[in-house]
Amino acid sequence: MSGEVAAEILTTHVLELARDGRRLDGRGLDEYRAVTLEPGYVASADGSALVHIGDTTVLCGVKLEPGKPFPDTPNAGVLTTNAELVPLSSPSFEPGPPHPRAIEVSRVVDRALRAAETIDLKELCISPAEKCWTCFVDIHVLDHAGNIIDAAALAASTALAHTTMPRVRFELAETDIPLAVKHVAIETTFCRLGDALVVDPTVDEEMACQGRLTIATDEAANVVAMQKGLVGAFAPQEVKELAERAFRHGDRLRAEIRGGAR
Amino acid sequence: MGNGQRPRHRRRGREGPSSPESSERVLVLPGEEIRADGLQPGPGTYRVSGRVYANVLGLLQRKPPVVRVVPLSGRYAPHAGDLVIGIVTDVQGSFWLLDIGAARWAPLHMTGTPWKIDFGETGEYLQVGDAVVVAVEQIENTGRIGVTMNGDGLGKLEGGTIVTVSPAKIPRVIGKGGSMIATLTRATDCKLVVGQNGRIWVDGPLDGVHRVRTALELIELEGQRRGLTERVERYLASGERRLELPSSARPEPPTDELEFRTDPGTGENSFPE
Amino acid sequence: MGNVGASEVPQLIGPDGRRIDGRKVDELRQIRVVAGPLKRADGSAFVEWGANKVMAAVYGPREVHPRHLQVNDKAIVQCRYNMAAFSVDERKRPGLDRRSQEISKVIAEAFESVVFAEEFPRTSIDVYIEVLQANAGTRCAGIVAASVALADAGIPMVDLLPSVAVGKVGGQIVLDLKKEEDNFGEADLPMALVPQSGRLVLLQMEGHLTAPELGRALDLGVTGCRAIYEKMKQALRDRYSVDPPQVLAEVAA
Repeated sequence: MSGEVAAEILTTHVLELARDGRRLDGRGLDEYRAVTLEPGYVASADGSALVHIGDTTVLCGVKLEPGKPFPDTPNAGVLTTNAELVPLSSPSFEPGPPHPRAIEVSRVVDRALRAAETIDLKELCISPAEKCWTCFVDIHVLDHAGNIIDAAALAASTALAHTTMPRVRFELAETDIPLAVKHVAIETTFCRLGDALVVDPTVDEEMACQGRLTIATDEAANVVAMQKGLVGAFAPQEVKELAERAFRHGDRLRAEIRGGAR
Repeated sequence: MGNGQRPRHRRRGREGPSSPESSERVLVLPGEEIRADGLQPGPGTYRVSGRVYANVLGLLQRKPPVVRVVPLSGRYAPHAGDLVIGIVTDVQGSFWLLDIGAARWAPLHMTGTPWKIDFGETGEYLQVGDAVVVAVEQIENTGRIGVTMNGDGLGKLEGGTIVTVSPAKIPRVIGKGGSMIATLTRATDCKLVVGQNGRIWVDGPLDGVHRVRTALELIELEGQRRGLTERVERYLASGERRLELPSSARPEPPTDELEFRTDPGTGENSFPE
Repeated sequence: MGNVGASEVPQLIGPDGRRIDGRKVDELRQIRVVAGPLKRADGSAFVEWGANKVMAAVYGPREVHPRHLQVNDKAIVQCRYNMAAFSVDERKRPGLDRRSQEISKVIAEAFESVVFAEEFPRTSIDVYIEVLQANAGTRCAGIVAASVALADAGIPMVDLLPSVAVGKVGGQIVLDLKKEEDNFGEADLPMALVPQSGRLVLLQMEGHLTAPELGRALDLGVTGCRAIYEKMKQALRDRYSVDPPQVLAEVAA
């Protein structure tokens, strides 16, 4: 460990503030930080987006390559999601093989993309059982100032919504077409700070946190993925309330991704 | 290095800007030649073939008989006598390791405390995550930073919270003759302990603590500008709970509105600006 | 280098002496340097250079992990140069391949040559370079970014390290190769310069150059480095200038 030890009096203060309905950065308990979406950031990718949530920065690049479909899904393409928590982004991330924390981010984002059917994998079929598109969603965390799951998911959805299928490059057609995005899943993460449940936690709040819950919603008012993480517990009633809150945040953010899509 | 090519240098020393509003404020960068004008090359400089260069980013300070560069960024560089705020990161049989924001963790030996402790009982006094006020005693050639908790104003911190700023901004947090601390204390009803390592302990009513934190963020962003005390006073007097502070490198004003940039690829308005 | 499957070598220098992107042989691509874009790192910088986008961060000097790497009388400089999977045309598998490991090593050694490491015994200065979009010269862009990040992190050093690649393209010695020139050219020679001493602390080469060509290439590279050096210094001045442009609106008013 690179020794990021939180001062106990700081975490106590975070909890004390939450009890009073306040937060370290002056936000309300259900207030999200400012979000900036910048699609098309990387020209070498077929789709990409740079996302800021406050000081947190995540870059996602999408690449499409012809490959072979899985035997059990001969009519569908392949979706692969990978998140890199590179040591550039936090004093507590180290070089080396992927940490379970990075694998968790990949899988939570992947689950939401699949369950919401963000892209229709059948549309990635080129020739049944023989050839299909493999869609690589690579997520690069650049600055970890808290809540990287939401940022990674926003980056992935925004990048996919601005992805071009490179048919010309692979000599599959005369023209390129946009990748069709069916449903956009938005992940909303909450942290327990005592009895308070705060949205979009910062690093200081994550260090004080007594349980984290991520809820992914789609535009048809479905919950499509969830992940409870870190040490702590939630009551079923709390989960119900958080789902309502997740829908509200989801609708607001989804409109922005859709608004910018072609 | 090892090939003898690298010029000899002077160790960096303490003594931040003599006063926060000192008249000469020339920014120098590593490798920039400094006109020594007969002055001795001091900390933050090196000499090669009779010429003097800066080795660190900072403000040039000519204080006869020495010319030095006072760093504007970087981790805390400890100096004997500094009061610092440490966080316990490890507990050993006879000592604790403290993160004081320096290059190395500082061992606090059990004899450097006001308590009578037997070997192995250290964990009963201080645990990982505890915050303490200690004084730097000496820096050894090995880089080991010796600290002590014996002395006035030293000890374990109970309650309150910690706000962190760049150590280079501490002279500004203190202000001329302690003016900034006095301003903050007076306006917020809070107690403050300012560590030279950029950590500030704040205790008081929640609202006051929040206002101190916001004022410190202002100092962090604007520490090099003149008229800072007035600006902080104006903020404290304004009664505003929230001060919107743009991130230093990304001057987008934080708002609750989403910003959507649809014109990618030109590199013109892309991150970071 | 080398582009497997490419059938034709494009004409890299036109009859007017201009290169495929219209540059003269001694002309750099557009370069933009930003100091301090990252919040968490001790120092950081972003470089956009032609179609390259590279981010660098510095952490330290800090405790060494694993501990056995610790050196008693000075800091070690560790570097990790990494390319994002989407930074190149054909997706790159995540993780460090042999090329990235070699580049990481020579960059670390270049910086260890200029950092006053003995001020920080038993510590590590960690330099992280992430290539987000690649178009030839990424190690040079990485060194430029990392160097500004080191200064931003307050690390004492002899000088900043401007860096550029020179090469031989269409029989001519040219400055700052872009991808096609790198792929189809006759030589590639990346270097990093210590402006204060005029010495090179990174030097690699691949291809064919005669002795006179090597001489011209080195001279051209040094000239290029000096131009890049000005951009690097300006980026740091912009961040640390004593009276910066009004970044803050009068919010407290």
